[in-house]
Amino acid sequence: MFQIALKMLFGDRGKYFGIITGIALASLLMIQQPGILISIFSRTYSFISDVALPDIWVMDPMVKYVDDSQPMLDTELYRIRGVKGVEWAVPLYKGNQRVRLADGQLVGSNLLGLDDATLIGGPAVMLKGRLADLRLPDAVIVDEAGATGRLAKPATTPEGKPTPLQVGDILEINDKRALVVGIAQARATFQSQPIIYTTYTRATSFALSERKQLSYILVKAKSDESLQTVARRITHDTGMAARTAQEFKDMTFRYILNNTSILTNFGFVVVVGFIVGAAVTGQIFYNFTLDNLRYFAVFKAMGATDRMLRRMILLQALLVGFVGFGLGAGATALFAAATRGRAGLSMTLNWELLVGSGIAVALIVLFAALISVRKVLRLEPAVVFK
Amino acid sequence: MSDPVTPATPTLAVRCSGITKHYGVGEAQVLALRGIDLDVRAGELLMLVGPSGCGKTTLISVIAGILDQDEGSCMLFGRDIKQFSQEERVSYRGKNIGFVFQSFNLIPTLTAAENVAIPLLINGMKMDAALVEARERLREVSLEGREESLPTQLSGGQQQRVAIARALVHKPKLVVCDEPTSALDGETGRKVMEVLKQLAVGSDRALVIVTHDSRIYDFADRIAHMEDGRIVSVDESH
Ligand SMILES: Nc1ncnc2c1ncn2[C@@H]1O[C@H](COP(=O)(O)OP(=O)(O)OP(=O)(O)O)[C@@H](O)[C@H]1O
Ligand SMILES: [Mg+2]
Repeated sequence: MFQIALKMLFGDRGKYFGIITGIALASLLMIQQPGILISIFSRTYSFISDVALPDIWVMDPMVKYVDDSQPMLDTELYRIRGVKGVEWAVPLYKGNQRVRLADGQLVGSNLLGLDDATLIGGPAVMLKGRLADLRLPDAVIVDEAGATGRLAKPATTPEGKPTPLQVGDILEINDKRALVVGIAQARATFQSQPIIYTTYTRATSFALSERKQLSYILVKAKSDESLQTVARRITHDTGMAARTAQEFKDMTFRYILNNTSILTNFGFVVVVGFIVGAAVTGQIFYNFTLDNLRYFAVFKAMGATDRMLRRMILLQALLVGFVGFGLGAGATALFAAATRGRAGLSMTLNWELLVGSGIAVALIVLFAALISVRKVLRLEPAVVFK
Repeated sequence: MSDPVTPATPTLAVRCSGITKHYGVGEAQVLALRGIDLDVRAGELLMLVGPSGCGKTTLISVIAGILDQDEGSCMLFGRDIKQFSQEERVSYRGKNIGFVFQSFNLIPTLTAAENVAIPLLINGMKMDAALVEARERLREVSLEGREESLPTQLSGGQQQRVAIARALVHKPKLVVCDEPTSALDGETGRKVMEVLKQLAVGSDRALVIVTHDSRIYDFADRIAHMEDGRIVSVDESH
């Protein structure tokens, strides 16, 4: 009778495709939206991941998340270097500066000043030029997304395309000349501003004369003590906040989570996806059962047991669940592949998402099967003669 | 009236005694059966005739074990299936009763052969074996070559012959038909009756046909006339 159940299902093309589409859309929403969310959240701390070398970030105690740098006195650097357990410590400038393009337009950018001697905190992957070229006069390195995007040279004709920034181009930061010596690859950040790398000294001069310029002190701990121990000691000895890279990522992530409505918005779409999926699919599936009620009654009269009918309906529901989920997950995987590595919209696809949405789809089809089974089991076989 | 060579108590397929059945409650209550006593002998074709609303369908529903009577007993081949458990009753129906409906009730997305195979599948036979049997039955109702047709590709008479093949495929002891020819024209109806009479009646099998199609009365061994929930007369011979 299982084959019969499947033939009944496939025979009703319209409803079959309707149910499959409903489940596919629900799966898509339930995988894709959290996937985008995870991707966005990972961007909040992508800068901390990019600066891979140091173990501990020292900052002003007022700092709430990575883009919220509060300047410290330059002298803090020397105090940190004196703390027991610190292998080395280098300064990092991180601030927002406006870059003037050739046509006079101002573009907000993230300026990073790296330790002059070591260039620690620089981009891991250089696409053009060399990191060491930062030591040339007025040198800056621009991230690829910025170079091809907001910092690109405007089109000369209305229909023309902007020309990406190239090595040798000149920018202006606070009326000071900046020479592009390289293009680097950086992970997309939450604010998706262009990133401009330069040396610490030059960054402070770009940033005009503020007395305090030190955003972060990047620390490598000696390997004989735990990172936490060293971090706690730095805080104790200097009064500065010291956090391991992981602690700083978590803190940044939590700050964004708590201070934006992103989670609520995406959570809402996921819940809507689930409810609409359940309602639409449940409804069409139930209609499908109602359409076949007469035949279920015939089966009942002819001796089909409740168990048999229940299994037939369950099989139909599970089948549409599998096919619909497969299509939805497949479409989402294509979307994930298409947006991989893009600066704009992108998503993360992991097995937790697939398992989670798979369970949600299973709930949807079980619900659909449940209401249909109830209807069929309550059916009086005597209706066959009506 | 009775044939002298017929044994005094022929094997009974169905023995109904004192059956009553009502529908609804209070003001809206309808007494559909008001004390039915009726025997159906094994090997006979009994027709149940009478005006619309007199309770014919209700009675064969009780006889076929798909509807519970209020009072009285209905014995099928000596057994009172009202005493069975729900499961036993469902299984008894699956093995022993065949159904033919006025509106055919063939499943539109299944081929003729698959429709015919259903009672065998319900009884646990594998699809391949069931289809072999089903094709055999379709040949008997002169539908060779139409095994893979969908119901919509068949004429009314052909569809009813598929339904007859389905009602007989598992060799039930009792076949009940509600208005099997009403949806068909006279000529087609007679052909369907010929097939039914030829295939469904056997020494150990009985056929109960509800009809008010007087054109087919001559196929009956006996005709029971109903009126207002009662059997008013049974014509013994034809
Ligand atoms: N499910 C039901 N609920 C309420 N009343 C019903 C129901 N089924 C039948 N009846 C009533 O019971 C009576 C007998 O109905 P039944 O269907 O047995 O008649 P019938 O002889 O088969 O009629 P017809 O020739 O029109 O098919 C009728 O008055 C009918 O209205
Ligand atoms: Mg009737």
